[in-house]
Amino acid sequence: MKLLIKNGTIITGDRTEANKDILIEDGKICRIGEGITDTADQVIDANGLAVIPGLVDAHCHLRDPGYEYKEDIRTGTMSAAKGGFTSVACMPNTNPVIDNESIVRTVIAKARREAVINVYPIGAITKGQQGAELAEMGSMKVAGIVAVSDDGKPVMQASVMKKALIYAAGFGLTVISHCEDLDLAEGGSMNEGETCTRLGLHGIPSAAEDVMVAREIILSEYTGMPVHIAHVSTKGAVELIRQAKKRGVPVTAETCPHYFTLTEKACEGYDTNTKMNPPLRTQEDVDAVIQGLSDGAIDIIATDHAPHHFDEKNVEFELAANGIVGFETALPLALTYLVKPGILTLNQVVSKMSAMPARILKIDKGDIRVGADADLAIVNLEEEYVINPDEFLSKSKNSPFKGFKVSGRVKYTICGGKIVYQDK
Amino acid sequence: MKLRSKDILGLDHLEPDEITLILDMARDMKKIVQSNMKRVNYLQGRSVVTLFYENSTRTRVSFELAAKYMGAHAVNVSVSTSSVAKGESLIDTGKTLDVMGTDIVIMRHSQPGAPHLLARNINASVINGGDGMHEHPTQALLDMFTMREAKGGFEGLKVAIIGDIMHSRVARSNMIGLGKMGAKVCIFAPTTLIPPGIEKMGCTICQSLEEAIDGADVVMGLRIQKERLKKALIPSTEEYARFFGVDVRHLAGAKKDVLVMHPGPVNRGVEMTSLLIDSDQSKITEQVTNGVAVRMALLYLLAGREEN
Repeated sequence: MKLLIKNGTIITGDRTEANKDILIEDGKICRIGEGITDTADQVIDANGLAVIPGLVDAHCHLRDPGYEYKEDIRTGTMSAAKGGFTSVACMPNTNPVIDNESIVRTVIAKARREAVINVYPIGAITKGQQGAELAEMGSMKVAGIVAVSDDGKPVMQASVMKKALIYAAGFGLTVISHCEDLDLAEGGSMNEGETCTRLGLHGIPSAAEDVMVAREIILSEYTGMPVHIAHVSTKGAVELIRQAKKRGVPVTAETCPHYFTLTEKACEGYDTNTKMNPPLRTQEDVDAVIQGLSDGAIDIIATDHAPHHFDEKNVEFELAANGIVGFETALPLALTYLVKPGILTLNQVVSKMSAMPARILKIDKGDIRVGADADLAIVNLEEEYVINPDEFLSKSKNSPFKGFKVSGRVKYTICGGKIVYQDK
Repeated sequence: MKLRSKDILGLDHLEPDEITLILDMARDMKKIVQSNMKRVNYLQGRSVVTLFYENSTRTRVSFELAAKYMGAHAVNVSVSTSSVAKGESLIDTGKTLDVMGTDIVIMRHSQPGAPHLLARNINASVINGGDGMHEHPTQALLDMFTMREAKGGFEGLKVAIIGDIMHSRVARSNMIGLGKMGAKVCIFAPTTLIPPGIEKMGCTICQSLEEAIDGADVVMGLRIQKERLKKALIPSTEEYARFFGVDVRHLAGAKKDVLVMHPGPVNRGVEMTSLLIDSDQSKITEQVTNGVAVRMALLYLLAGREEN
């Protein structure tokens, strides 16, 4: 099986090359050049289109096993493919929790049968994500996990987190921390502040995130072991991470498109599709997250794709499930809100959504070079459209971006040399 | 003139001319409440349901009497005896009431925004009878009615609200409504009970009881609940009473004709002393009477929206 992509502009994290042909054979990139005339089984005319490395998501929820009514490995990866992703790392807060070798193997086996792109499970830090005893990280690593996280819940006991950092590092695993001090969060449902006060909702102070980020940085610095901060949403967290990096602390961080596009004001009217954890913050926080992306305090953009059933969102705000779907809106939002205003270059966005997350997950993905896996997305950067959740391939449609005008549409997604998504 | 929306969700959704319309109408309704013949047929053939997910005596009875004085069928749904206890969703409960022919649903719910959700999903009018810490529009309207009746208008009035602002839907609705009508709201509370950003709702945060009450036309107390102690917001009701309780002597700096108000129920000796509650300036019992009149006005105006 040979696939030839003609006349595309290759854009990777560190280079842009116009008018290139890419020849793919047996799932690998076998030649990059101009005027390649080899006969191929299929030829894609990429004239006027950008050819980028298949995107890598370090943080998503595929809900499989246990919550297949929200999403499953098939629909989740189809949704990801439509968004230009070819590798996704899925969080372990499934039912049962991915906290042992056998469940890791089950997920990987199911992904092999049903996924249209690469799926990399993330194992739990603690058994059952209970925050008490360490999960069998070594055995899960053997089975194929790429990191550990109790995402959705913080590890509240500092002593447990300290030992998790040390133990995980022994197996070359990075700990991804969901930073939320539950005592400070007090069960709130949106950012504490003006809008929350007006709506009469219980607030989650930004300090609940900052306190935990500070703790993880201190533990990482003390132990010398790496930590990755999930979904950064506050000005305080960005600043703490920036300072830590200056001191050489092995900390990396991610944010998500909703934290650089939306503020707490979106919650007015009690739209439950604006409810997620951490919550949408203030304009000041949004500005700080953007600054962090720009100066490198924040390394990567992840989706935190969190599908929920309509019935779980069509309820009172405080009772609604946390989270939004993100695969199919992440790239266009990054292009529209970061590249278009000149905050990040195209190469930087591509880097933060492919090469950098691949490096954090320690997977050999995120580049376009001879010999690499043929994981690519072909994107029309100019195409403008209005986001319509009804068109999502995800089982769930819980997005606050309905009606947003964006530019940048994925035309083809190629994974392992196979076209796994094609825009009609 | 008619109300613009089918629902009364909060003062946030009412324009000044609508507030004036409601208060004018309530003035007429009050005459009925105070008469010996408390029966008019304005709502004959209409059905009104009170759907209360939180305990309430005065608000629920006030609405029920308001509906009955005007000839409506009034039914109370209380949580413990309904399918709500069986886990039915709010929307499903609302739709059930809707298809039984309910014209107006009055709902109290612990969840802020719950009436908004209900209103979006049913055809009947929804009146918010209090939603969590968010709004309590009928209480604010009856408070405003009481103020206007005594003071003649709102322009330039100074209203001091003392107490648990953070958890008070009454305070929020009053702030919004009074602000819209040109009155000035000053608040004073333990600093832990002042929610962040409250000043953006148009009130002034005062540093002392004296400052809040200085030149005030109205002094309004708010109920303090014992649960606040467990959340480490205040140390004791005794300490609260000592620094935040209002007594007759505090009125020295207020206007001569100052009104003393409280949405009830009052913790005597905590938010206010008995001397103050039972003083000539106190409008606390008058507020209750006005509550029935204001609710009659709202029911009447909502029922009349569809007619030409």
